[in-house]
Amino acid sequence: MNKAYRFIKARDNVMRGIFLFCAVFSVMALGCICVFLFAEGLPFIGKVGPANFFGTTWHLDSAAYGILSMIVASLYVTALSTAIGVTAGLFTAISLYKFCPPKAVPPIRQMINLLAGIPSVIFGLFGLIIIVPFLRDVISPNGMGYGILAASLVLSVMILPTIVSVSLDALNAVPKNYFEGAIALGATKEQSVFKVMLPAAKSGVLAAVVLSIGRAIGETMAVIMVIGNSPVMPTSLFQSVRTMTANIALGATELSGDAATALVATGVVLFFFTLLLNLSISLLRGGGGRERKGA
Amino acid sequence: MDKQFNITVRDCDLYYSDFQALKNVSIDIEEHEVTALIGPSGCGKSTFIKMLNRMNDLVEDCRITGEILIGGQDIYAKGMDVTLLRKNAGMVFQKPNPFPMSIYDNIAFAPRTFGIKKKSELDSIVERSLKQAGLWNEAKDRLRKNAMGLSGGQQQRLCIARALAAEPKILLMDEPTSALDPISTGKIEDLINDLKNKYTIVIVTHNMQQATRISDKTAFFLLGEIIEYGRTVDIFSKPKDKRTENYITGRFG
Amino acid sequence: MSEKAHKKEIMKFAAWKTVSRAALILSLAALAAVIIFVLIRGIPYVNAHLLFGEYSTRNPSIKPALIGTLYLILISVSIAAPIGIGSAIFLTEYTKSKSRLVRIIRVAVETLAGIPSIVYGIFGYLVFVVALGFGYSMIGGGITLAVMILPVIVRSTEESLLAVPLSLREGSFALGSSKFKTIFSVILPCAASGIVTSLILAIGRVISESAVLILTIGMVVDRIPDGFASPGTSLALDVYYFGSHGYPEQAAATGVVLLVLVVSINILATVLGKVFGKGELANG
Repeated sequence: MNKAYRFIKARDNVMRGIFLFCAVFSVMALGCICVFLFAEGLPFIGKVGPANFFGTTWHLDSAAYGILSMIVASLYVTALSTAIGVTAGLFTAISLYKFCPPKAVPPIRQMINLLAGIPSVIFGLFGLIIIVPFLRDVISPNGMGYGILAASLVLSVMILPTIVSVSLDALNAVPKNYFEGAIALGATKEQSVFKVMLPAAKSGVLAAVVLSIGRAIGETMAVIMVIGNSPVMPTSLFQSVRTMTANIALGATELSGDAATALVATGVVLFFFTLLLNLSISLLRGGGGRERKGA
Repeated sequence: MDKQFNITVRDCDLYYSDFQALKNVSIDIEEHEVTALIGPSGCGKSTFIKMLNRMNDLVEDCRITGEILIGGQDIYAKGMDVTLLRKNAGMVFQKPNPFPMSIYDNIAFAPRTFGIKKKSELDSIVERSLKQAGLWNEAKDRLRKNAMGLSGGQQQRLCIARALAAEPKILLMDEPTSALDPISTGKIEDLINDLKNKYTIVIVTHNMQQATRISDKTAFFLLGEIIEYGRTVDIFSKPKDKRTENYITGRFG
Repeated sequence: MSEKAHKKEIMKFAAWKTVSRAALILSLAALAAVIIFVLIRGIPYVNAHLLFGEYSTRNPSIKPALIGTLYLILISVSIAAPIGIGSAIFLTEYTKSKSRLVRIIRVAVETLAGIPSIVYGIFGYLVFVVALGFGYSMIGGGITLAVMILPVIVRSTEESLLAVPLSLREGSFALGSSKFKTIFSVILPCAASGIVTSLILAIGRVISESAVLILTIGMVVDRIPDGFASPGTSLALDVYYFGSHGYPEQAAATGVVLLVLVVSINILATVLGKVFGKGELANG
């Protein structure tokens, strides 16, 4: 009896250790990622000098590893795609929230959830075969389809499903009695939604914005296929430029030595941006953890 | 200006899809009086009060027959401006529902909704409404603070002030004190006594003492019907109907 | 308050409503366009040779990619599933308060979820290709993907574990069951459907991923991988490769295959969630 109990106790302890290891694995993995990236990337920045690395010239033959043009391009693409995506996505969510036949909402939601899982490379392909030719032939003033506008359009469609479902969740989480209160004061349905419900959902909407910024700045494949990839400073929406992510992916299979390390250093800069975003997300959430649901 | 705001309901039936929530209800509610609606849960009191400012429009499959007149005007007539109706018939809910914005913006909500933009005008409306609701002294230094930071009783008085800011003629109150502690309840009852000179007040309550304390007339609802309606003193001292008597003496409900 | 000003307010917000409806239609149209155009461009070129034929420069096939994708799913899920489920169990069953350790773990999981896949790619490249000297390999790509899908599995498993009512745990402990027994014979079976759904969604992520793989498995599109240490390609990588190396038809056709796979996986997950979800309700 006693022996059996000791066995059970020991087994419980062993299992606890195993589960603890699993849980700590994420921390170790994150640590490894940081160590490997920084240990490889930061010394490189030191070696070539920040002036070189954050300069405007990327010319490998003359050992010029300036990624400023790519940082700028990344920021342009992120800002533009988030602006388009959030505007369209937020209004779509509002429409699904109150200005849409209630029966149509569940199927549309399901479809949007499904679309959220579509690989980014499919969006890149769509951009490559549809958006780029369209921009080139119809819109572009200079006969160039590739560029920031193409990438931003593709990305804004790609992040749409995320924005719509996060904002719609935020709106649905607003207590219904605010709506009743506004209606009872003589507000129309539209006034109630835009003046009461939407402001009440603003923290959730903000989370959607930050989330989509993260997706846009980190996206590689959808961008690489439509942006042209010339390492020059962006001056036009219709101009072949290169983002940080594209720089890494392009060089990956071809470069070696210092040039390959320059890619790692580019990754460090990108990683830094995403850490900033993560930080702002946890600040937004106010550090609240998940609560156990009641029995 | 001297438009009448008495409420007349004639032979009203109300259905939620197949369920009949109000059966052949008729009642005359006078101006500047407090009318209490009492009765057990699910008897149709709240449905009735929501019918008076057409909040039932929000409920799908809600069907109404009969006549509901406010100041002689059929409020379910075609071409009725529902927003004006709701402005004239302010509503206070069971659970305080201030909007998650500043106290000032809460009060200014209705005036802004109706197109008032001038700051001086809004300022005076906010001050007047808060004073009327007896909240000015507590709130005047924190007008820009979020209304969710107020206590439950203060929130409910804020909701009353918010309704008053729309300059209503009628106040519909759906168990406004049921979520509050006795002290806050007392404050709101005092407030109702102050307000009845200027407004027609219809209040749903579960609390019989409250009905006797604040109301001039009382209507007893049971299973969607008005069983008895009359002066509050009469209803509580010598009810005509056996069922009313059973209810107010606590034999069911 | 003037009637005119009131009317103006109402009209203003009615206009916003029209804008919202237009946005809904535009968004749905844009998303539908992505699917429809890829299907239209791709379906005519989906054929037996593309799917299962031998690869040649003139006539490429995605057979290496199909096999490569299978390798990647196998490696990444068999690594990430036990670790992910284990950490979710630790987080829900072994920690009561918001202790420091739990906070650190959560921050780590959230951060991992937010790292762009190309950064994972660099990490995999530095560890497996350079430091360990594997060169481009399926195993390197698979392990990197495992780290990437870990947060997905942890978070959704945690959610399904939290959905198991506390009363079941108490019931089990009250009968004198050990923690081990409670977890394996009460909690996990109850949460099984949610966990399976999360694994299916993780598989969807693996299939969709491409940026990580460029840096870790090498995008060798013309050879079938002959083992875990071999370089290779995946379906998503093939779409990119074909698209940017002058095979637009094959790119679109591969896109169709990828799309069908991902959509069916997501539908499977949804359906499973629904079917099991109902069963659980009936039992609980």
